[in-house]
Amino acid sequence: MTTTYEPNVVLSTKKYDVVGTRPIRHDGADKVTGKARYGADYSARTQLYGKILRSPHAHAIIKSIDTSKAEALEGVRAVVTHKDFPAALEGDDAVQAMREGVMASERVRFKGHPVAGVAALNVHIAEEAIGLIEVEYEVLASVMTTQDAMKDGAPILYDDLRTDELGETAEGNTNVAQHIQFSVGDIDKGFAEADVIVEREFNTATVHQGYIEPHNCTVDWNKDGRVYIWNSTQAPFDVRDQTAQILGLDVVNAKLTPLEIGGGFGGKWEPYGEPVAALLSKNTDHPVKIVHTRTEEFDSTGPTPGSNMRVKIGATKEGKFTAAQAYIAFEAGYSAGSVIEAGAQCVFACYDIENGLVDGYDVVVNKPKSAAYRAPGSTHVAMATESVVDEISKELGIDPVELRLLNVAKEGTRRVDGPRYPRIGCVEVLEALRDHPHYKTPLEGPNQGRGIAVGFWFNAGMQSSCSIAVNADGSVTLVEGSPDIGGSRVGLAMQAAETLGIAAEEVRPAVVDTDSIGYTAGTGGSRVTFATGWAVYEASQDVKRQMVTRAATIWDIDADSIEMEKGVIQSNTNSELKMTFRELAAQLNDTGGPIMGRGTVDPSGEGGAFCANIMDVEVDPDTGKVDVIRVTAVQDAGKAIHPSYVEGQIQGGTVQGIGWALNEEYFMSDNGTMTNSTFLDYRMPTSLDAPMVDTVIVEVANPGHPYGVRGVGEVCLVPPPAAIANAIHNATGVRMGDLPMNPGAVMNAIWNK
Amino acid sequence: MATVFVPALMRKLTDDKATLEVPGVTVREVINNLETEYPGIKDRLVDKFKIKSSISVAVDGEISPMGILAKVGEQSEVHFLPAIGGGR
Repeated sequence: MTTTYEPNVVLSTKKYDVVGTRPIRHDGADKVTGKARYGADYSARTQLYGKILRSPHAHAIIKSIDTSKAEALEGVRAVVTHKDFPAALEGDDAVQAMREGVMASERVRFKGHPVAGVAALNVHIAEEAIGLIEVEYEVLASVMTTQDAMKDGAPILYDDLRTDELGETAEGNTNVAQHIQFSVGDIDKGFAEADVIVEREFNTATVHQGYIEPHNCTVDWNKDGRVYIWNSTQAPFDVRDQTAQILGLDVVNAKLTPLEIGGGFGGKWEPYGEPVAALLSKNTDHPVKIVHTRTEEFDSTGPTPGSNMRVKIGATKEGKFTAAQAYIAFEAGYSAGSVIEAGAQCVFACYDIENGLVDGYDVVVNKPKSAAYRAPGSTHVAMATESVVDEISKELGIDPVELRLLNVAKEGTRRVDGPRYPRIGCVEVLEALRDHPHYKTPLEGPNQGRGIAVGFWFNAGMQSSCSIAVNADGSVTLVEGSPDIGGSRVGLAMQAAETLGIAAEEVRPAVVDTDSIGYTAGTGGSRVTFATGWAVYEASQDVKRQMVTRAATIWDIDADSIEMEKGVIQSNTNSELKMTFRELAAQLNDTGGPIMGRGTVDPSGEGGAFCANIMDVEVDPDTGKVDVIRVTAVQDAGKAIHPSYVEGQIQGGTVQGIGWALNEEYFMSDNGTMTNSTFLDYRMPTSLDAPMVDTVIVEVANPGHPYGVRGVGEVCLVPPPAAIANAIHNATGVRMGDLPMNPGAVMNAIWNK
Repeated sequence: MATVFVPALMRKLTDDKATLEVPGVTVREVINNLETEYPGIKDRLVDKFKIKSSISVAVDGEISPMGILAKVGEQSEVHFLPAIGGGR
């Protein structure tokens, strides 16, 4: 049988009129012509420019801060330190921690920790001024890795930190903020039943989300006490609320207008410069604008954690897994919260494990506080588990896809963390990967290798709000609060269009400020097309109900006898009573006034998502350089509302995974300084580093969404490092346990083989 | 009665039992009934009238945004999991 190769494939299970098509995105013209306004494009009249002085030390006590010389510099309008911030209410530890993050008080805990802020007439004066601020430090020993931080006698970051074990506090001062554990079955019995056991240790470097647009904000503290924020953020409501909390304001006195966002990937969810700019504005009566440099991004905004992991899996000689055990330690950064929970829940999520034990540790170290990065925690643990699974397949001589299918998680499988899966698509993803022409195509060179891997991400629901107004010409205006990072405007407009029976082009979506729509959680967790999509669906249904009622009024019949399908409102009992959506819209103002629909949701049922990769690499045996020469990424989208943007998400996540696998790392000096904090030295992939990523969209409808949507934005980043590690093994015979697998690391592994 | 899956780190409170059959039509009732049988467990799970922010409740496989207010069926499974702070 001849199989025709297609670069991008949608394995669609259900057809709709609008959903599943590929209309031009509503913000496309603005984006490609440069008219779209991003954060740094925004300017307020009479604005000043802010800069932040950051600690040069990874760990130190602040003995004194002298701002007098900076304040005396011509052109400087204000200088603020921690003393300008209101004290957090007693017992409000969360607010205190946030405040400490945006401005250190007594102790700095990472290189780049803010110490003071300056507002000046221009950015050059502001930069000069921060150089005039004199800070006396008492430098303390610092710690950069989980292994070092967990040693007896390690430098301790917090004198009062004790390990939390799901509500129980352990004895003794420590850097381990949290220990979690999942246990199912009998782990000893499981390993005793195994014919083969593979156990390996893995380390992954700290890496950054690497969005191209740095954090930015312009803040105006108005005379009436109200604070106005314009910025680039994934989470307008969260950043508004947190900024207000840090400043001691009621939320009603803060308004955030999100501008276009140049990438976030999880890293733009909390305030950094906003509270500082607000205080500078308050002290000067001028708006203040702060835009991070790339070095500031690396030094002071959340990277994804570095990790240390051990994974052990036992299997029978037929390939059935009998037991699985994991130890996972994540770097939280200077403050607790590394998404260890997610890593621990994802580590064996692709498999049916009868006997499992997972221990996870959240460890504070002297680095910036870690932040989410696409499926946070899952990429790390997939590197470990998928490498071990690949090794078992080699030991047993079983095809790696078939081994995975033999142990695959499916509907009803109980995860190691407890819950059973609803309808999921891991089987379908692996089968599509196995059946893809790529998997059957021979490699072409002596130093080439092929690897596969599969990964999981939960996705998220959370709260969303939407309103839809019907215009007289039959178009609708859709107002929502989810910043559009990956084409969500058009994806949401298409769900409204499908529900209302109109064209996507007849829906005008708008992402608005926090005064203009109900609370909407941030754009993250792969949640917008799912959860805000739910809100759009509910708002559309509300519009439909009102349109039917209005038609009933016009026709003087019972609303129960009227249906609205595919944009046509008609009577069930009198075929002459029939109007299009557009015809009825034209009559609204004369028959009772405008119609607006609203939808507010907090849905569960987000469904999990799986993605698998086939990666072909070529390894230069003389240098250790790895080139990825072919990639196929297979992902379950539930339903691809706009396949082009699903493909874009898959391709983008895959390329980020290639960078994480092969090059990216925080290269730290002994004193805790990141020595490669520019894009020149922090090697993210360019178009020259990555081949075209062929995608296969599998559609296993999510029963928790009216159109079957599963989130797509994150799980695509999970399998690439493991798939590449397995491909390197296939090419060279060496097992890579640490990320990045840069030329030096690969050469060392080859030499030590 | 609902089946409660006791988190591994809380099994000291339940005589090392991993699952328990507990009556209740809401998560709140289930927790209150758990507390009667195994004192101390409520403090680990609940902060005043809410599930602790560090914990998520899953009922029948789905994380419930309703927390202790979530409905529980006769055959439901109830899990208490560490809340995921990221996912963005």
